[in-house]
Amino acid sequence: MSKLRALTGDQAAAEAMRQIEPDVVAAYPITPQTEIVMNFAQFVADGRVQTEMIPVESEHSAMSACVGAAASGARTMTATSANGLALMWEIVYIAASTRLPIVMPVVNRALSGPINIHCDHSDTMGARDSGWLQIYCENNQEVYDNVIMAVRIAEHKDILLPVMVCQDGFITSHALEGIKIYDDKQVKDFISEYKLQHSLLDIEHPVTYGPLDLQNFYFEHKRQQAEGMKNALTAMPEVFSEFKQQFGTKYDFIDTYKLNDADIAIVALSSTAGTARVVVDQLRAKGKKVGLLRPRVFRPFPKEKIIQALKNLKAVAIMDRSDSFSGQGGPLFAEFRSALLDEPRRPLTVNYIYGLGGRDIDTEQIKSVYADLEKIAKERQVKELVNYLGVR
Amino acid sequence: MKDLIEVRWHGRGGQGAKTAAQFLAEAALDTGKYIQAFPEYGPERSGAPIRTYTRISEKPINLHCSIANPEYVVVIDPTLVTPKVVEGLTDKGVLLVNTNEPIESVRKKTGFQGGKVACVDATKISLDTLGRPMPNMPMLGALLKVAPLVKLDVLYEKIRAKFLKKIGDEKTNANIAGVKRAYEEVNIG
Repeated sequence: MSKLRALTGDQAAAEAMRQIEPDVVAAYPITPQTEIVMNFAQFVADGRVQTEMIPVESEHSAMSACVGAAASGARTMTATSANGLALMWEIVYIAASTRLPIVMPVVNRALSGPINIHCDHSDTMGARDSGWLQIYCENNQEVYDNVIMAVRIAEHKDILLPVMVCQDGFITSHALEGIKIYDDKQVKDFISEYKLQHSLLDIEHPVTYGPLDLQNFYFEHKRQQAEGMKNALTAMPEVFSEFKQQFGTKYDFIDTYKLNDADIAIVALSSTAGTARVVVDQLRAKGKKVGLLRPRVFRPFPKEKIIQALKNLKAVAIMDRSDSFSGQGGPLFAEFRSALLDEPRRPLTVNYIYGLGGRDIDTEQIKSVYADLEKIAKERQVKELVNYLGVR
Repeated sequence: MKDLIEVRWHGRGGQGAKTAAQFLAEAALDTGKYIQAFPEYGPERSGAPIRTYTRISEKPINLHCSIANPEYVVVIDPTLVTPKVVEGLTDKGVLLVNTNEPIESVRKKTGFQGGKVACVDATKISLDTLGRPMPNMPMLGALLKVAPLVKLDVLYEKIRAKFLKKIGDEKTNANIAGVKRAYEEVNIG
């Protein structure tokens, strides 16, 4: 059973956290994540959850407290945005290397400066090499569903890595949408009891967390961490199918729209993909063979699925809501291009950097990208590899 | 009704434009529609001009951009009546304004010659019913007169569900009275 409620993306994340009822939440509020912490703190104050809420004095402390709590075996969550994520940076890496299954909703916001509170992906894209899993949400329903699934994914015995559940700041975090909320018991049953295999507090079986790890073992530990990320490619589908059985919605690493017979396609993360889907329908109505691919999971990078979905196309535009300042495109572009490189038959690829600092991305801009792609496919040539869309 | 209806609200921070956009969406959700309501935040300052948006649809809503070509524009603050508010408003669209001025004056100030213009003195109504200038709920009532997006009763229910616990019986009823009066008093031309 589920009921339909109008919730913002932030409220959806907080509602999922209420139902998950983690043992520990340590968090510091920051726009546009604030309403997650605010709403969850209200649940704690009202006695609706038994969670130990630690109102820390900074994000560095938030993630530090999360590491301690998670190592003791507590189911642990936090949430952040942009500069908050930057401030916890040092401990973000430690959480992943220590293999602690912390779940963190991240409300994507431009990383300063100049200071800006609106959406782009520069915050989490910077953390793409931190060893955390990253799931990106298109709408509020996905925020809610992904936060619930993230608990199971992070705690999966073959993965044991922390997970960021990313959503677009303000665009979904502050937008009200109707979403299906499941029964508390259903959610509790799905996430089930959590027991850490090696708890810091298990004095019968003492273990060490976070010691000095030099030339003798550091490399082996990092290699194992890479294996955990690789395992996620096979373990996450178990969680996806169980979620479908319980709640009816089937998620996957990628979401494709009208790709099967498409000649050209756009690749975009999160809410932008929704707007692009509308454009696909408009162009299809005119007989144009266009499609869309939305990566739902960026870490681990679902390379095989992406190759299979794109290899027969003529041209693909990869849209980045952040710049890596490499001079050869944004982070999504670099990975997509690299993944396709070894395919004997592969589409021409082109990069569009868009929407920085919350600049609106509308259907007209997306139409212009499809128009460019038509030209590229026809001329079989990419004249400008990296393009800035919607900049003055 | 068209598959997708888009409403753009213009107000000033603190006038309840965000709440109005959300109440409309939530009332529509209660009648089985798909909805979206979202503000366009700049720096969050009381008194600064803000825009908020409502989408109501028979089908799931995929769009996540702001609304450029609304069917309805609602201006909650009389001082915002300039050509800017009608940018992108479709020719058959409706411009609803909180003002004590006549329709002709609004057409002149905005240059909007198409569709319909509707005027209601929502500030006065809220002063009469609620005792303070809070024009957002009366504007919702007036909007439902020009745009049959949801039935008045559904909105009343939503207002009760949202307000009763928060502000009590008397103020909730005052809000509903304001909605009703604006629905009855709005001039359309």
